[in-house]
Amino acid sequence: MKVDRRSFLAFVLGGAAGTALTPLPWKITDDLAIWSQNWPWTPVPAKGETSYVTSTCALCPGGCGISVKKVAERVIKIAGLQGHPVNDGGLCILGAAGAQFLYGPTRIQTPIKKINGRWQKISWNDAITELAAKLKELRANGSAHTVACVSGTDRGTVPELLNRFLTVYGSPNFFRTPSIWDSYELALYLTQGTRSMTGFDIENADFVLSFGSGLIEGWGSPGYMFRAKAMLRENGGRMDQIEPRLSKTAAKSDHWIAINPGTEGALAFGLAHVIIKDKLYNRNFVDGFTTGLSGRFQGIIGGFPPEIVSKITGISAGTIVALAKDFASARKPLAICGQGQGHQPGNLQEFLAVHTLNALVGNINQPGGVWAIPEPDYIDWPELEMDGVASAGMQQQRVDGAGSNRYPNARYLLHNLPQVINASKESPVQVLFVAGANPAYSLQDTESVKKAFEKIPFVVSFSSYMDETAELADMVLPNHVFLERYEDVPAATGFPKPFIGLAQPAVEPLYNTQYTGDVIIQLAKALGHTIGAAFPWDDYVTCLEETLGDKWDPLVEEGYWVDAEYSGMDWADAFETDSAKFEFSNSEINMLADYSPLKPEGDEILYPLTLVPYDTMRLTCGYVGSPPFLIKSLEDTILQGKEVLVELNPETAGQLGLAEGKVVNLTTLKGSARVKVHLTNGIMPGLVALPRGLGHTAYDRFLAGRGVNYNQLSGPIADPASGHNAAWGIQAKITKA
Amino acid sequence: MEKENAKKYGMVIDLDKCTGCGACMVACMAENNVPFREDETDKLLSVSWMRVYRLTNRKPFPDTEECFLPRPCQHCEGHHGHSPCVSVCPATATDYDMDTGIVSQIYPRCFGCRYCMAACPYHVRQFNWWDPIWPDGMERMLNPGVSVRMRGVVEKCSFCIQRYQAAKEQAYMEERREIEEDEYQTACTEACPAGAIIFGDLNNPEHAVHQIARPDPKHEGRSKNPRAFRLLERLGTNTKIYYLSSRDWVRKAGDNYLKDELKGKTHS
Repeated sequence: MKVDRRSFLAFVLGGAAGTALTPLPWKITDDLAIWSQNWPWTPVPAKGETSYVTSTCALCPGGCGISVKKVAERVIKIAGLQGHPVNDGGLCILGAAGAQFLYGPTRIQTPIKKINGRWQKISWNDAITELAAKLKELRANGSAHTVACVSGTDRGTVPELLNRFLTVYGSPNFFRTPSIWDSYELALYLTQGTRSMTGFDIENADFVLSFGSGLIEGWGSPGYMFRAKAMLRENGGRMDQIEPRLSKTAAKSDHWIAINPGTEGALAFGLAHVIIKDKLYNRNFVDGFTTGLSGRFQGIIGGFPPEIVSKITGISAGTIVALAKDFASARKPLAICGQGQGHQPGNLQEFLAVHTLNALVGNINQPGGVWAIPEPDYIDWPELEMDGVASAGMQQQRVDGAGSNRYPNARYLLHNLPQVINASKESPVQVLFVAGANPAYSLQDTESVKKAFEKIPFVVSFSSYMDETAELADMVLPNHVFLERYEDVPAATGFPKPFIGLAQPAVEPLYNTQYTGDVIIQLAKALGHTIGAAFPWDDYVTCLEETLGDKWDPLVEEGYWVDAEYSGMDWADAFETDSAKFEFSNSEINMLADYSPLKPEGDEILYPLTLVPYDTMRLTCGYVGSPPFLIKSLEDTILQGKEVLVELNPETAGQLGLAEGKVVNLTTLKGSARVKVHLTNGIMPGLVALPRGLGHTAYDRFLAGRGVNYNQLSGPIADPASGHNAAWGIQAKITKA
Repeated sequence: MEKENAKKYGMVIDLDKCTGCGACMVACMAENNVPFREDETDKLLSVSWMRVYRLTNRKPFPDTEECFLPRPCQHCEGHHGHSPCVSVCPATATDYDMDTGIVSQIYPRCFGCRYCMAACPYHVRQFNWWDPIWPDGMERMLNPGVSVRMRGVVEKCSFCIQRYQAAKEQAYMEERREIEEDEYQTACTEACPAGAIIFGDLNNPEHAVHQIARPDPKHEGRSKNPRAFRLLERLGTNTKIYYLSSRDWVRKAGDNYLKDELKGKTHS
């Protein structure tokens, strides 16, 4: 056949027309698209029956009620519990990401033990037998007091079981991780004579004056604070935020009052000065229910007239006077303090000064005020029978110096522990339990903390995750995560009502983990005698059920118990001081070291800038690390690639010749790190702000190795009044990288 | 064409209440199977249906102010359902539903031309440059109500339409034709701990969104509430997300203004 031009064209055109008319190319394109969208590695979530479990979030001590959505036996999503007294349906970002803690890649799936620096699996039986043998030996050698425990909190059944174990074993060295609540407890104890928790009726206040508290950045119970802050606004209330940086809380306040960092206490004394001088205080309360106003207190206040306070704080005298008048003339004014999320206890005199402001305006145990909340009393276990070793051990001084002549008021001074261990030839702590805490990350001066932990012969971690402390441990006895276990949440931090929440298992434990409570009970039974007798329960859940008594059934049903009618004790009965009144001065308060703004460490010439940490809801900095969803949600003004951004005022950056995004070295006495510069007007010139919660060396690849840990660049400073860590920053310098 | 009994789902976001905490973003990620990669810091490549922006008044220290603005899909109605993205999609992979006012995204139809992304004035649409991969075991928390998206398609906020479908099915089972306001709420609304997001039917005078936004049907839904504004309202996108703010500079930041234009005024 001859192919001429004509037939060739006919063939090509005919072919093109034919192809266009058949559905084939379109079908193939479509099929290709469908084929390329059905790769076997793209997961198809399995279907199943949907159900909901009512529980309490145990990721922080906030006590938020949660509703856990399940499909078949999988946890899909966590939402806030509608009608819950604390969070009423709302939920914080961490709680919303809660399921990632259950299914996350860093869970420890079975008990492990470090042999020659390598982790090996071990059975629960062997682990407990080995640990019991070690403890028996120490006890026989008269070294019972060298066993210590670091716990996230000291309330609730698990911390109380740990503490009970230590006591009957013979060691006073139980530690709670530091926080502002150390200082709040002391401020209430010294002025009101009661050992109580502090609650804040923010939703009913009409003027909240916050001395740097990150009310919407994780201070107290986030679920409650977010809701209360919104209600304050809805009720037409005012909020003023005093801090050197435009935090989210400052941005969402009616006024942001920038103050020189670390001088908040001076401002509080200054406000008290104006209120007393102008006789603006609540006569009814001050005259009838307080003493000591004219005592040493007035002497101290005398040293803080507005002009002097203005020099210290950098706030104009006019603003100070106006603020004092506004505060005193509000109907329900409320002053709160404790920086950011409240991870550093701070300066006790500052807490006393702020608490005093509330007393001057008579807003103690009043609607919209600060309330003393009685400690939970449901844990009523049989009296301990102490043998000779236990009694002798409990007579020993605590290793951290808490309760000593120097710091008689402090109960726990965990930040001292690394220093004490590093200074001793042989570690005064031979065995350390760590439960619900990650001190190797969260204590300041990370390097010395790690050195101290390495010096402790045997560290046992009860962590569910391979965190920094677990990595340094010799044995990990993993706890169930909060979605797999029962646990009491004994209070909601800063919430103004007595409250108990119950975490309930949404799913069966995924791995070979055990209740920490069970491990303690088994360990005690293995040690026998008085120690075993102190733990009469078969297992932890029985212990919890018996402890909660008649509250157990309603707790299982509702997820919480609350004393909704509680509205603070009457002034006539509230104070358990010698005078049965609120005491502005008394022999104990008068003994405290005077207030003076704490200077950060470091020479101001060598280190001309001041590094301050800041907190954000999108980063955790306590026991648990931030899960992938939180890291994903981080702003690009905080993290870029693996580099963290530090905030600098454009004026400061101009003096240093730095532009946005410049990579620099940030150096302090404690260390140096590579960071990027972010310019913002929302920070006082001369300061460098670094977010807390990055710079992890442990956890998953989404979190580890990103940014810098503030604690690695800073160290603790003891508050002369209480002994607690009062450091709020450190001098620093920036050099071009 | 307006249908009878048509719903028009929309949102009111109170920027005075929003704290910028990000709970809405994470609640959305968990509800809608949004994947995560090791490095999500390049926000142009990061898939997030809800994003919280930070606005500032640009004044020097200490007069600086900031405001946080959560940005879900604005579900533009445009003129009679001609939303910017729907008008340009060559694959009919996105659609304006006249019954609900929801702009949908149909993943199997999308072939990834990203024309819609260019057309969207709000950056709500994001492209999957990678196949989603969950760390071992983490795929257990995927929601079967939402399909997992594959590499090469565009995705965006759907107003949690699976929740609307579930609520309707429930109502049908109970022999009802209509669903109540609280039966259909998006994941972000539900999670917001400050109560800043309110969701409902803008056409229903009983619903809180209608009462607060007070949309004016004569002016394409423009709000009669002096605190309210919509993003880039002058484009005529006729969006269904109403923002509230008592601050003048925030309301102004919601639209592009020329210098000296509308001095001191927010609405004409």
